[in-house]
Amino acid sequence: MTKNYDAIIIGGGHNGLTAAAYLAKAGRKVIVLEQRHVLGGAAVTEEIFPGFKYTVYSYVISLLPPRIIRDLELPKHGLHLMPLEGAFTPMEDGNYIASYADEDDTIDEIRRHSRRDADIFPLYSNLMYDLARAVRPILTMVPPDLRRPGMDGLRTIRDLGKHVQTLGKEKFHWLTKIMTMSAHDFLREWFETDVLIATQASIGIVGTMLGPKSPGTAYVLLHYFLGELDGALSSWGWQRGGTGGVSEAIASAARSYGAEIRCNAPVVQVIVQNGQAVGVALENGDEIYGKTVVSACDPKVTFRKLVDEKDLPSELVQAIDNFKYRGSSGKVNLALDGLPDFPAMKDKALMRAMQEICPSTDYLEQAYDDAKYDDFSKRPFMGCIIPSTVDPSMAPPGKHVMSIFVQYACYDMPSHGDRDQQRDAFGNAVIDTLAEFAPNIKDLILHKQVLTPWDIEQELGITEGNISHGELMLDQLFFMRPTPGWAKYRTPIRNYYQCGSGTHPGGGITGTPGRLAAMEIIKDGK
Amino acid sequence: MKQTPFHPRTSELCELYNWSLWSNWLLVDMYAPDHTHEYFAVRTACAVFDISMIPKYHIHGPDALGLLNRIVTQDVSRCAVGRVLYTPWCDDEGKIIDDGLLAHLDEGSFRLTTGDPMLYWLEDNAVRLDVSIDDVTESLAGLALQGPFSRDLLKQLSGEEIEKLAYFDITKTKIAGIPVEVSRTGYTGDLGYEIWVQPQHAVQLWDMLFEAGEAYRLIPFGDFALEMTRIEAGLLLTDVDFNSSMKVVHEFQKSSPLELGLGWAVKLDKEFFVGQEALKQEKARGPAWATVGLEVDLNSLEAIFAEFDMPLYLPPEAWSEAVPIYSHGEQIGKATSGTWSPILKKSIAIARLKPQYAKPGTVVDMEVTIDAQRKQAKATVVKLPFYDPPRKKSMGSH
Ligand SMILES: Cc1cc2nc3c(=O)[nH]c(=O)nc-3n(C[C@H](O)[C@H](O)[C@H](O)COP(=O)(O)OP(=O)(O)OC[C@H]3O[C@@H](n4cnc5c(N)ncnc54)[C@H](O)[C@@H]3O)c2cc1C
Repeated sequence: MTKNYDAIIIGGGHNGLTAAAYLAKAGRKVIVLEQRHVLGGAAVTEEIFPGFKYTVYSYVISLLPPRIIRDLELPKHGLHLMPLEGAFTPMEDGNYIASYADEDDTIDEIRRHSRRDADIFPLYSNLMYDLARAVRPILTMVPPDLRRPGMDGLRTIRDLGKHVQTLGKEKFHWLTKIMTMSAHDFLREWFETDVLIATQASIGIVGTMLGPKSPGTAYVLLHYFLGELDGALSSWGWQRGGTGGVSEAIASAARSYGAEIRCNAPVVQVIVQNGQAVGVALENGDEIYGKTVVSACDPKVTFRKLVDEKDLPSELVQAIDNFKYRGSSGKVNLALDGLPDFPAMKDKALMRAMQEICPSTDYLEQAYDDAKYDDFSKRPFMGCIIPSTVDPSMAPPGKHVMSIFVQYACYDMPSHGDRDQQRDAFGNAVIDTLAEFAPNIKDLILHKQVLTPWDIEQELGITEGNISHGELMLDQLFFMRPTPGWAKYRTPIRNYYQCGSGTHPGGGITGTPGRLAAMEIIKDGK
Repeated sequence: MKQTPFHPRTSELCELYNWSLWSNWLLVDMYAPDHTHEYFAVRTACAVFDISMIPKYHIHGPDALGLLNRIVTQDVSRCAVGRVLYTPWCDDEGKIIDDGLLAHLDEGSFRLTTGDPMLYWLEDNAVRLDVSIDDVTESLAGLALQGPFSRDLLKQLSGEEIEKLAYFDITKTKIAGIPVEVSRTGYTGDLGYEIWVQPQHAVQLWDMLFEAGEAYRLIPFGDFALEMTRIEAGLLLTDVDFNSSMKVVHEFQKSSPLELGLGWAVKLDKEFFVGQEALKQEKARGPAWATVGLEVDLNSLEAIFAEFDMPLYLPPEAWSEAVPIYSHGEQIGKATSGTWSPILKKSIAIARLKPQYAKPGTVVDMEVTIDAQRKQAKATVVKLPFYDPPRKKSMGSH
């Protein structure tokens, strides 16, 4: 039994920390309880191998809104974002395609592959830009409750409708297409260069258990394009010291406003009295009491682990049980003795870009084929970055760290044996595939960290290791995230709120669920 | 057009052929497309800038101290051997001529680096003094090595001694066997050093630095990146943030160091120096202008763009054409240079305002033009510098 807080936040991921910072800034007495020994959740940097810092899970940033950066004065607290050079995709015939921060350079590069695609590319990016602008307000608003919209909700829906109409007929047509089509089919309507379609389509499969030809993936393309519009960088970028630096900056801001933050403090139960949350019980037996309890964990943890089923309506229980996670991404982090050599890479500045292994659309779809049957891709899609090429603080002088995001790996891959065997087999498939494109990689590896979706779940408590706390699919977005009726950060239990990536607008390092939830809590006068 | 001793290397690396002229010296603006990489190297790793073209004067002899103390506004007798001073200097009316760094190399031996050539002014003031003034501009080449990893790199090449070099210290040492002078100074507001070397060793020094520098991601940086860093550091640039009183004809174009926020470098109570009397009077009546930082309110800027149905756009380059500043419709000063600060995520500017508006927190209006239409965005007065990482002065790590 300890002192009384205005808000107890369960989970020190970047969303929990963001909520804490906003609440503390508004004068609330806040405590954050994180189960792990470090803060950050999926946005964390850890020195797993001495001298080498891994950006363990997330690795690039684009969706963090300038609004949050300004409100919380994050640069003052250590935010240090740098633009990525672009992307480099080696092909199986020894050729490659690259994109650059500068669009003219990108167009010139596309021209090597197709004059037609080069000419049309600016039209494509203008369209994406307009579509992103059209849906942008959605990402910063509290979703209306379509079942009981109320005056506010109706106004929101009307404004949104009006806003989308400003797109004009033709673009609205594209908007409906992008909301429903597969990334592959959508892109085929624009481009003829297969590897160009593959690199663009690969964005659409991130974090989903869908292939580039599955309907719904075009929307994910748009979701990630939004960062280019409104993000802090207008392109993908990285944080000095890994994405943990973002969480550290938010934590530092929260502390500066008076928030208390505790690590090694797993919560086992939200204490509910008379249908009202009054505190939490920690694993060590401590109980902490407060006026509100805010879960920054995923929906399953929020509703099915931390509270009792009897305190929830059965329809909600059912909806949460049906919520799809299906973690499909793995991660391999490498400590390297030197720089990998991609023979296809002609411009060495691309070492500072993202190296993508997605040489063709068939390659991507085949990677998905393996995953349909509870397996990892024999030859997976990979997004690699080498932060130490711009940030010497990541590795000892002359050495490097490589972060490899891998799609697909399943939560259960029983054909490979026990969990350790599954992990080893997956890690080997990743390195073997990478070695096809960077043959010297195996000689450089000093240490290797391999994470399957199951490992991610073990470490972070994210159900089935889904990177977004639940798939980014249309039926799990906006007023349906995590489920219709409960998309406004509240829960059926009074004074119990949710603010993780399983709430609107979803996954990624955005801080927005944390901010919007804090605003609602303040609005409720809590 | 003159080339510095590093030209064989800088010209090789300047893929973009993007040069400009600085006092008729060739100067790299940016080496490769997108100068923000060079900017981030300064703030994240380390980077070098060729400073060979800076005018340099070796001033020595029994009256060297006397001469300098007569010219500059700082008290040179307080500058011990092995230390460097930042100082402005003025004309008789107390208007600034230039500013620069004064290094005390040995007993009675100094080196002054300046923005503009200054031999005439030095000699003119040295009449009847026992002092020698040598223009060493072309007999010393220089590199500014700046960034959080500059110390680690230098340490590897010249030994542990470098660790002891405090902010604004200068020492003679060797880098990979090449005799050099190293001062812990720079124009970026970051941890950093300036290295002086005989021109015949310049290319070799460059090569040694880059060989060892690869492990610290050393790259060269040009003037575009330098401009962004020096504005973040709140450092003024001659001909941009102020004019030399020797080069302008109209009174209103001149500035005093007190108006420029350099009062801390004006020691009014020391023995006689040029401009002392005028500056004393100015101090007594209060300077007519105050130099401050401005942070543009991005929400208000975004609203202006929205009037044009455009999203907020912030060009990545620094700018240096003066912009009017208003309060309630009345002009109260001007912003003289500014930049988007990628690290602070702010649009910042250095400005000269009427003193009653100079209090931090004061909100003013800054002119912005979109499609040649004049608009006003809100901006808030802040103290300079905008960016001041502890590592700049600290003896610890990054
Ligand atoms: C492998 C991987 C790669 C990714 N790559 C990117 C990327 O490059 N760019 C990008 O923008 N996004 C990326 N993402 C997604 C992004 O990182 C996440 O969506 C985001 O960080 C989630 O933040 P959060 O605060 O909502 O949740 P989390 O970061 O999951 O935080 C939840 C926190 O709660 C803690 N917790 C759980 N249970 C308890 C309990 N009972 N008691 C106390 N604490 C508890 C956890 O330890 C964790 O710290 C990636 C995610 C993964 C997993």
